[in-house]
Amino acid sequence: MINVTIDGIKTSVPEGSTILKAAESIGVKIPTLCNHPDQAVKGNCRVCVCEVEGSRLLSAACVMPVWEGMVVKTRTPKVVEARKTILELILSNHPQDCLNCIRNQNCELQTLAEEYFIRDNPFSQKTRGMAKDYSTPAIFRDPDKCILCRRCVEACSVIQSVNALGLDQRGHHAMVVPTMGWDLIDSPCVMCGQCIHACPVGAIGEVEEIDKLLAAIADPDTVVVTQIAPAVRVAIGEEVGLATGDMPMDVFAAGLRQIGFDYVLHTNFTADLTILEEGNELLKRLKEGGTLPMFTSCSPGWINFCETFYPDLLDNLSTCKSPQQMFGALAKTYWAEKSNIDPAKIYSVSIMPCTAKKYECSRPEMNDSGFRDVDLVLTTREIGRLFRMSGIDFNKLAGSHFDSWMGAYTGAAVIFGASGGVMEAALRTVYEVVTGQTLENVNFEVTRGIQGIKEAEVDLNGTVVKVAIANGLSNARQLMDEVRAGTSPYHFIEIMACPGGCIGGGGQPITKSNAKRVERINQIYVEDEACEIRKSHENPEVKAIYEEFLHEPLGHQSHHLLHTHYTAKNKKTL
Amino acid sequence: MSYKEIIAKYAEVPGGIIEAFHAVEKELSFLPEEAIAEAARVFKVPAAEAFGVASFYSMFSTKARGKNVIRLCESAPCHVAGAAEVVAAIEKELGIRMGESTNDGLFALEFTECVGQCQATPVITINSKPYLDVTPAIIPNILAEYK
Repeated sequence: MINVTIDGIKTSVPEGSTILKAAESIGVKIPTLCNHPDQAVKGNCRVCVCEVEGSRLLSAACVMPVWEGMVVKTRTPKVVEARKTILELILSNHPQDCLNCIRNQNCELQTLAEEYFIRDNPFSQKTRGMAKDYSTPAIFRDPDKCILCRRCVEACSVIQSVNALGLDQRGHHAMVVPTMGWDLIDSPCVMCGQCIHACPVGAIGEVEEIDKLLAAIADPDTVVVTQIAPAVRVAIGEEVGLATGDMPMDVFAAGLRQIGFDYVLHTNFTADLTILEEGNELLKRLKEGGTLPMFTSCSPGWINFCETFYPDLLDNLSTCKSPQQMFGALAKTYWAEKSNIDPAKIYSVSIMPCTAKKYECSRPEMNDSGFRDVDLVLTTREIGRLFRMSGIDFNKLAGSHFDSWMGAYTGAAVIFGASGGVMEAALRTVYEVVTGQTLENVNFEVTRGIQGIKEAEVDLNGTVVKVAIANGLSNARQLMDEVRAGTSPYHFIEIMACPGGCIGGGGQPITKSNAKRVERINQIYVEDEACEIRKSHENPEVKAIYEEFLHEPLGHQSHHLLHTHYTAKNKKTL
Repeated sequence: MSYKEIIAKYAEVPGGIIEAFHAVEKELSFLPEEAIAEAARVFKVPAAEAFGVASFYSMFSTKARGKNVIRLCESAPCHVAGAAEVVAAIEKELGIRMGESTNDGLFALEFTECVGQCQATPVITINSKPYLDVTPAIIPNILAEYK
């Protein structure tokens, strides 16, 4: 242990600790911008500078390791003046556009400008005048706002191994750009949106489509139907001043009715349905010698990744559509018929923790209902904006039920929101289908948690099925390289593109650390435990749809409406 | 030699991507996107990173430019010694502005930082060969060597 004194407070910290870590441990807050708790140290913004006794120059707290007897001062006039100058220099080429910015009131630079009471910036304002990039349907870039912290580059390269972002030029001319300086759509970008969480400012965000929803609600001839993805509920509270997990599902539904949705249904219903289809697909592949290991197909960022980087493994992907797209295809067929509504009048909106879903719903093959299956995807953040705009007091709002036919769900669907959840839900059902016995303890703890790669073995009537689960695409890449090399020992692999699974999705409330992801995961299992029914095949509405409409898993109707195919992306360069 | 053949020669050199880029530039005068993508494959780095290397160094160009690269020092000693007049003379002789290339693809004109020949300012280099004590009057003769 190393003894240091910070602002007069004596403490001892492990060898190798930085000044920043040492200060954090005793509750001394040092401002940061390029620093990210889950990423490597960058040391490029310098806003964390401190005085170290005996040193002539100020030291960047995020990089400087402590030494025995070090005396640090974090808030002297010299330090404050330096930090203000650094902020003024950053602000001098950052557009003063806060009122129009997607990160207004949720921006690390804006917060620091307020904390350091930046008023009359002595440096003249000069922005680079770079064009915004709206080339993808999911994510926009506004490179003029970039402060060159490079957190998005690390999220894209180290965490996701996609490498769509890099640097162009150097020094004063340096910019973060997609591959070769192209538009984002031409880069290998998979639209997972992890760069959005990494960005401290508003240089990257989701393509907002709130106005399209408001126009549909305003049209009296349009029936606006919505579905809520499993991971949204645990996080939506964060957008409206509640704690993580603190929004009851029925109150959430009531809030959506307040906004003007005509029917509130649930993606959880099609999550349960996915388990029936995907579970049976796995059993069929095992029995008939189909392509193994089978990969889950719920995460559109992962599908983009597989189509981009592993086009030779597309046969391993489950042919099941994602729950969002299953819902879309059924809403304008089965549900429209059941509810006696003209499908041409239905405007199908899905509320997703995900940016890649915006792309997924626009895929040309996603129109099996005879219409575009899902008309609009809004992220958790966009719904948060709508709730705030509507001024709903969720502490006083009475709960509301979900509408019939596609609104019921089980705990198995709830856990789709966390990494390992699809696997656990599948095992709960597959076990009972294969063994014919009741699964008494439905909790497969080994599949849970934020760990990058998890593996498990399940004995199904003497057949040992080996499964693996990865979250975050660099972890997925490890498993895919094994499959490609022919050394993968698994039968079934669950992949979620985002760290922690959908609860950490690119459309969730801005997530500043993995600690928040863990909090959301824990809330997912609290919700699962509270569900009366926790196995997908016991969902009464799922039973009803098979009896009345689909007839059997993998049957003719399922094949037509619930299954899909994949296409190699053939990107110019990776 | 094609850029593929050139890059392949450096495949086994540790950190050979920079040497490969120099060799490609010698042949093509710039680094086309396809060459950067090929180098990324050969050296097993993402294309975004290979592009970052290519754009980081001022001696590399990621945009097409003339075959013979004229670089004129823009540092203080050359500036004082009359670099501006030399620029004007080159621009007039070639009919292009600073940063442009001639239509016949023969010349590109760029600024450079100090090349370390301050005893004989102003200095220009053409394809890395230095010319010292340059005056507007001798520009036509120098350029004639490359026509």
